[in-house]
Amino acid sequence: MSIIEAHLVLADGTTFEGEAIGHLPDAGVATGEVVFNTVLSGYQEVITDPSYAGQIITFTSTHIGNYGTNPTDDESRRPFCRGVIVRELARRSSNHRSTEDLGAFLRTRGVAGIAGIDTRRLTRHLRDAGAQPGAFGSADHDTLLRAAKAEPGTDGVDFLGEVSTAEPYTVGNGRWRVVAYDFGIKRTILRHLGRIATVTVVPASMSADDVLALGPDGVFLSNGPGDPAVCSAQVGQIRALIKAETSIFGICLGQQLLASAAGASTFKLPFGHHGGNHPVKDVRTGRVMITSQNHNFCVDHTTLDLAAEVTHVNLNDGTLEGLAYTDLPMFSVQHHPEAGPGPHESETLFDDFDALLTRVHAKPSGPATKAFA
Amino acid sequence: MPKRTDIHSILVIGSGPIVIGQACEFDYSGTQACRVLKEEGYRVILANSNPATIMTDPDFAHATYIEPLDPDVIESIIAKERPDALLPTLGGQTALNLAMELDKRGVLAKYGVEMIGANALAIETAENRERFKEAMQGIGIAVPQSSFAHTIEQAMAVAAEIGWPIIVRPSYILGGAGTGIADNDDDFRAIAIAGLAASPISEILVERSIAGWKEYELEVVRDKADNCVIICGIENVDPMGVHTGDSITVAPILTLTDVEYQNLRDLSFACIRRIGVDTGGSNVQFAVNPENGDVVIIEMNPRVSRSSALASKATGYPIAKIAAKLAVGYTLDEIPNDITKTTYASFEPVIDYVVTKIPRWAFEKLPGSSGELGTRMQSVGEAMAIGRTFTESIQKGFRSLEQGRYGLNCDPAEENYAHIPTAELVAKTAVATPERLFLVGEALRRGVTVDELHAVNKIDPWFLDQFLMIVEERHALDALGSPGALSKRQWKRAKQLGFSDAQLGYLWKVPESQVRTARLTAGVVATFKTVDTCAAEFDAKTPYHYSTYEDDDEVRVSDRPKVAILGSGPNRIGQGIEFDYCCVHASYALRNAGFETIMINCNPETVSTDYDTSDRLYFEPLTYEDVMNVIEREQPDHLIVSLGGQTPLKLAGMLPAHLVAGTSPASIDAAEDRERWNKLCHSLGIEQPPGGTAVDVEGALAVAERVGYPVLVRPSYVLGGRAMQIVNDASALRKAMADMATDGSLGKEGGLSAERPVLVDRFLDDAVEVDVDAIRDVTGDFVIGGIMEHVEQAGVHSGDSACAIPPQSLSPLTISELERHTRSIADALDVRGLINVQFAVRDGVVYVLEANPRASRTVPFVAKATGVPLAMVASRVMVGATLAELRVEGLLREPKTGGHVSVKEAVLPFSRFPEVDPVLGPEMRSTGEVMGIDRTFGVAYAKSQLASSNRLPSEGTVYLSVNDRDKAATVGVARSFANAGLRLVATSGTAVHLSERGIPIDLVVRKISDPGDGPTALDLLRNGDINLVINTPRGTSDYSDGADIRRACTVNKVTMHTTLAAAVAAASGIAEWKNTPFSVRSLQEWLA
Repeated sequence: MSIIEAHLVLADGTTFEGEAIGHLPDAGVATGEVVFNTVLSGYQEVITDPSYAGQIITFTSTHIGNYGTNPTDDESRRPFCRGVIVRELARRSSNHRSTEDLGAFLRTRGVAGIAGIDTRRLTRHLRDAGAQPGAFGSADHDTLLRAAKAEPGTDGVDFLGEVSTAEPYTVGNGRWRVVAYDFGIKRTILRHLGRIATVTVVPASMSADDVLALGPDGVFLSNGPGDPAVCSAQVGQIRALIKAETSIFGICLGQQLLASAAGASTFKLPFGHHGGNHPVKDVRTGRVMITSQNHNFCVDHTTLDLAAEVTHVNLNDGTLEGLAYTDLPMFSVQHHPEAGPGPHESETLFDDFDALLTRVHAKPSGPATKAFA
Repeated sequence: MPKRTDIHSILVIGSGPIVIGQACEFDYSGTQACRVLKEEGYRVILANSNPATIMTDPDFAHATYIEPLDPDVIESIIAKERPDALLPTLGGQTALNLAMELDKRGVLAKYGVEMIGANALAIETAENRERFKEAMQGIGIAVPQSSFAHTIEQAMAVAAEIGWPIIVRPSYILGGAGTGIADNDDDFRAIAIAGLAASPISEILVERSIAGWKEYELEVVRDKADNCVIICGIENVDPMGVHTGDSITVAPILTLTDVEYQNLRDLSFACIRRIGVDTGGSNVQFAVNPENGDVVIIEMNPRVSRSSALASKATGYPIAKIAAKLAVGYTLDEIPNDITKTTYASFEPVIDYVVTKIPRWAFEKLPGSSGELGTRMQSVGEAMAIGRTFTESIQKGFRSLEQGRYGLNCDPAEENYAHIPTAELVAKTAVATPERLFLVGEALRRGVTVDELHAVNKIDPWFLDQFLMIVEERHALDALGSPGALSKRQWKRAKQLGFSDAQLGYLWKVPESQVRTARLTAGVVATFKTVDTCAAEFDAKTPYHYSTYEDDDEVRVSDRPKVAILGSGPNRIGQGIEFDYCCVHASYALRNAGFETIMINCNPETVSTDYDTSDRLYFEPLTYEDVMNVIEREQPDHLIVSLGGQTPLKLAGMLPAHLVAGTSPASIDAAEDRERWNKLCHSLGIEQPPGGTAVDVEGALAVAERVGYPVLVRPSYVLGGRAMQIVNDASALRKAMADMATDGSLGKEGGLSAERPVLVDRFLDDAVEVDVDAIRDVTGDFVIGGIMEHVEQAGVHSGDSACAIPPQSLSPLTISELERHTRSIADALDVRGLINVQFAVRDGVVYVLEANPRASRTVPFVAKATGVPLAMVASRVMVGATLAELRVEGLLREPKTGGHVSVKEAVLPFSRFPEVDPVLGPEMRSTGEVMGIDRTFGVAYAKSQLASSNRLPSEGTVYLSVNDRDKAATVGVARSFANAGLRLVATSGTAVHLSERGIPIDLVVRKISDPGDGPTALDLLRNGDINLVINTPRGTSDYSDGADIRRACTVNKVTMHTTLAAAVAAASGIAEWKNTPFSVRSLQEWLA
């Protein structure tokens, strides 16, 4: 197989040499916001995580693709990321569950990629200069630079229409009835929620009235891509749910939207948190959990209108990781307790949601086999 | 939670001498622990018998006991020091076992000493196989099913329960006899019957075979708040079946999905919690079935380990240091991350490079050993390499081993495989040996496919494909034909796949220098990246670097004066921790003197490769190419090449001569070049044993004819008496020459040539050997560091011989002559720094054997015995300080030699190689050393024997069997044993000789080969009726009872001496030990 030479060009003009892998984009140009992820394993889960919509994922681990891909580790119906940057793509994969190697996986799902990049140089640059738009592909340098400069990135861009489900569907068989807003929900979250609840997953656009009409014991606000500041419709829906004193659990974008509904503002982190090794302290117990993280934006909890307690903080940079609302049955976390990929120790947050629902509702509404409308 | 204030003093137990399976990784972890505990304000009491360690430097503890690691001795230390706590988890298995014994004996309870880090119950649960199995099954973790059987019926019943395939291992057998794998009833029955017959106690272990499964290790750290983190996951390239210490391993884990990895992570936490390790590091090992992902747990070590040292070096996360802090009460979120400074220890390192660890074996030194790897660890050292990719990393690893390999083949050594038919080559890769991956490489080169190889050797196809990438690149480079033909991109690709300039030179049949020049001209230079624990997510403050070929170089060179210190590479017999000690001391001393120190080394076990030992650490192979890359990048003012043993010295001639600090390479060469050396001795009027050099058999025979037999033959430019032999006649000399020219690893290391001739010298029978270490400075000022009189006679390698400071039998006249000679040699060689001179003294005549103007193996021992930090002084002298200045500064002190005797004893690896005759000779085979220190030689010697696991008996029976030459001298020894109350048994010849001289012999034992009824020595040894064996061999041609008896001593763990000189020392030790109340004293007290 012949090598197709390619370049990666960031909006600030920084250029890298590499070779094209995966899908070959039209005119040899793929664009998006360039971010990095430090996980040592779990590239398939990361690539299929809808929260990466609009982004090009740089893997800091050198060898990607070693164990191939399999049908069960996808986090969504298809990848939403704009591209993948690696140092070394495995040409032969090895795992008993593997059905397709990563190169083919990217090609069949239309994800462009570039290999042979000095990903450490790129990561250091992103760390110092901040996440920024970029373009890569086999096109010439000027074309790529123009494309990078023209790329809006993720600030102020709404990706929810793209990633959210078009129609409601139901999963799980737990004892509670939960409605999950799909802002780009990961399948692993649904597996966990499904343990405690029968979950109806609804489009991001569904109104609060329609959600409440489903008669849920609680509402889950999912993870998702992009800038919380542009999700004003969702913030409005959540505000209505808060008024109805709904029990709510939010993860990642879900935390940001819940806090926005509670009056808080959000801000963009210099280069985001993307990895599987971030220490988060539960300030109530003193316990430290190693967590999976994937966010660029953060809640400024000092701007909240509603009373809330900071429950979790990130030990690396002290940023907010979790909130529990003092007077309302609502809590949220910024990290990913569902893992997929990543460590499992904060899975207990799903049990906390179960406990919250138990506190609020005397007895469960019981398992339902279909959407409980 | 802040640190504990209810404890004030802590006893730390080290791991004792370097032995196979327990090497300087515990000096690294112990040094970190002592330093941390001291910084935290605790009184640190250290017990360790190994003088070559950094941790036993008096600065690292408040009270340093260089005493035998024996429960009675530790109890004496506890009784004297009354520590509040005992930290047993940083000194390997030795410290753990001692702590358990002290607990069992009630010593800890009696003196109110709290075990911290791990408690007795946790240790017991982890270490006891049955309890471990039960504990793991209790929490739902599978273990390999196994059970012992003593009859074939039992065995069949066990097999039915376990399921196929099953491996049968007879207990207490040597060399794998009787081991086999069965996958059906009939085969199993046959193997089990044979196994029961092979075992001396008719016992076999019947175990579900998981050979071929993938093997993983996770390094876990837990704090007292129950926070757990994984520091590093390690994957073994060799599938299950090879001891992890003998496996080639990589980090990070490369072939597991996140689902599989997170499962192992969860199981590791469950394991450490169930075992109950309160705080600190543990190592958990798993096997994963590649067919279906099934997992079994193999074992867990509730302490820091060789793997945790590797994990620390691989990630930059200092496990031992953190473990020490956790043991005194801190939690992970209270301890800052040294490297980022802005984050905390409660995180999991991620890496953006690949680390490869490759063991180094010493089979060439142990004739008779099989060379096959298995479940018993046999390697004596290891090298670690860092590259951005696996291919780069493993090729750097192969050249780090310093065994003549330039990478994965593509070097002269690969020609050894040319004659092996392909089918045989493939079949050979099924057996793990040091050569296995090279054979894989050769098979791939011949077109054997990854799948064919995987079917035979079960190495994961991903790894095999990586090797194939190297082989394919080699073909592509071969086709390009010459260095001039490569584009920049092609150069970069070759270097990124790990090809060394030397490999390319071999491929294109041009000198390495030409490759380097062409490459640099093409603009392809090494770039240096940083080990930062976080894959660049945060800014790293600690300069720990490795080379690769990428866009970007992270090193910011300072403008301070710089010294680069070349380390000693992987541990091997003859070159180990002693040289690392010297390099570390140089770094400390030069840092204190205002230099920026730069360490270059590739041994992950050592203190030198701790990232805060030097200002900068380059984890690089010690080859010309890799060292020059660092030199060109850093532009140091001085290079130190004479403290790391032979490794840096071999490079010295190729490196920029004006940078070499201290004695010039020309002087070093003058001492090594036989003709120049002879002239020098002659001009100084110093006697030498007559001898000469030869490059072929005829030349050697001629020299031997001239000087007379016996002669000592040895190659030049080797350390540790590699291939050295004493031969008594021409036929033995022919054989020795043939060995050196062709056979074994020495041939691979370069063979013989005019540049590397063989030295042939008259061997001096029954001479006393003496080592002298001294330092001379640029002004010609000179100081003697130490004069060591060897216990064993000349002819036993100095590294395998016990020795004493001060000398015990030499006259003042002889001593002054030794001093005078050492000084005149140092002057003649214009030494600036250390010099070691070896002498033989016979009948009052002093002969010089050799001089080495560099650090010797004895430097740390001398420093511990006298309190003079020789390596520090020498390193300062090398960069221009005078001894007078250093006296003023206080670094060079007067030696403390009055009032105590220090004895160094060698520790030999024979218990790992029961098939090898454990007799001492001119080829060094010891792996480590211990020191005994007391008021008299006898007691100090007895302590050194106890410390080296050769406890001298105070009662019981001594077996004597000596050769004719030694018979006369045996009389005094035997009488001394008898006077000490020991019973004597002897072979007939020895017995007659002694009885005639009035020494009572209790029993005359039968020779094994003689018919008759009486017991043989082997019978007595097996029954435990003998407590000490004195057996002196008759020479190399000796094939008699001797070798069997000596091997039986190894197996039955009976103390043995194979030289009469050692027997004399033992006799005096036993006598004085009985008459002296036992006491312990710290180094600080001795040297006060």
